Amino acid sequence: MSRVTHHADITLSINDTEHRIQVDTRATLLDVLREQLRLTGSKKGCDHGQCGACTVLVGGRRANACLLLAVAQDGLDVTTIEGLAHGDDLHPLQAAFIAHDAFQCGYCTPGQICSAVGMIAEAGEGWPSAVTGDIANGPPVLDDDEIRERMSGNLCRCGAYANIVPAIAEVAR
Amino acid sequence: MRPFAYERATDAAAAVAAVAQPGTMYLGGGTNLVDLMKLGVETPERLVDVSRLPFDRIEERPGGGLLIGAAVRNSDLAAHRAVRERYPLLALSLLSGASGQLRNIATTAGNLLQRTRCAYFQDVSKPCNKRQGGRDPSGCPAREGDHRNLAILGHSAACVATHPSDMAVALAAIGAEVHVTGREGERTIPIPGLHRLPGDDAQRDTVLERGELVTAVELEPLSRGLAGRSTYRKVRDRASFSFAVVSVAAALDVDGGAVRDCRIALGGVAHGPWRAWRAEEMLRGGPATPERFGAAAEAELAQAQPLRDNAFKVPLARNLITSTLTSLAGELV
Repeated sequence: MSRVTHHADITLSINDTEHRIQVDTRATLLDVLREQLRLTGSKKGCDHGQCGACTVLVGGRRANACLLLAVAQDGLDVTTIEGLAHGDDLHPLQAAFIAHDAFQCGYCTPGQICSAVGMIAEAGEGWPSAVTGDIANGPPVLDDDEIRERMSGNLCRCGAYANIVPAIAEVAR
Repeated sequence: MRPFAYERATDAAAAVAAVAQPGTMYLGGGTNLVDLMKLGVETPERLVDVSRLPFDRIEERPGGGLLIGAAVRNSDLAAHRAVRERYPLLALSLLSGASGQLRNIATTAGNLLQRTRCAYFQDVSKPCNKRQGGRDPSGCPAREGDHRNLAILGHSAACVATHPSDMAVALAAIGAEVHVTGREGERTIPIPGLHRLPGDDAQRDTVLERGELVTAVELEPLSRGLAGRSTYRKVRDRASFSFAVVSVAAALDVDGGAVRDCRIALGGVAHGPWRAWRAEEMLRGGPATPERFGAAAEAELAQAQPLRDNAFKVPLARNLITSTLTSLAGELV
């Protein structure tokens, strides 16, 4: 067991850059990203895991950064919305969100896009969803119902879903 | 959030020893615990992180069952080939719960041990026997207050909370054993049987002793007949990412128009998953007809004691059981 303390020294690889930082044990990954590392792309919406605005990729998988204690993520790889583009070359999902006008205020957008990146990878691994007809055999085809179900952890208070679904579909299909 | 110390457990024995100290709790995925700490419902002085212990595998058991490590993530369990093929109701229950990003974090043990979402339990400005009970109970405002989505079966004057897990409902239908380790050694606890009814001790959700660590969940083998006609159906207020109002995990083995075997468990109705023993007993050996399914559901729900605003759950549960079994009976294996 390590020494008991209310602070911890941790290492996070964020968007391929290694950060050695000291964190309060109470700090969530979201607060460390925004307040300590000034990566404010990830948004704090509900702060209770219910809205998805804080969604980032941890070890390549989408996760709610607001419910992850930063100290417990020591040594892991994190990708945020800031890490998806290569310079001015947008990630295909970023480009699709612009092309489809898939946001109004934009507050949920970083979470939507990070979530969609993770969701498309999950489907690529053959993971079923609650609306997949044959969960044992059916390779999931990301039709609109599948996209809606798999993206249900990301809320948009502007109600831009009508354009979010086609934007994701363009990249996913 | 109150300050707390954090340490990462090196092995199960060290974790058990650490949690024996007052004010210490296990941390798994944290999707429920961290939220409850933000709300001030949980105020640990120390967390022992068990999420990186080597309990992250799913293994075949000699008799045809599966041993699921306590730290296996909900998403990995739902996607596992053997679960999808041999325990489809378990995969469906997991996929019906939470959201994609939460399932990536939440663990098997954490799913079982998550706390009720009763609004009074989660609000420290309100009395709650589950939060502040024991010798000096603070009361249950839900009984006369907002209880639309609380229990209709097995509740008590002290507590009308429901357990929110979908996975536990499927496990109760399948039949499973929870492997735990504690200061007194190792033991197994059956599901159903892990979760207890509130009685006059609403604080305790389960029969686990303080400090016991869940290391795995072992699934009983499910016959091909049952697995081939099994499902999980969940009624909720919106189509996705919402807790059950009522849910059912069901399996039906039909032979020549008669019920050879069946499993029925309900969610959203009690302090834990509710295995419908009475309905199952009525159905075994009898005709597989909608009339019999309805009569069995009716008999099970004769025990219901609905509250002022949740009486609708009684016909809802009855109709859900009936329609689910009817559609299973109509499916080709």
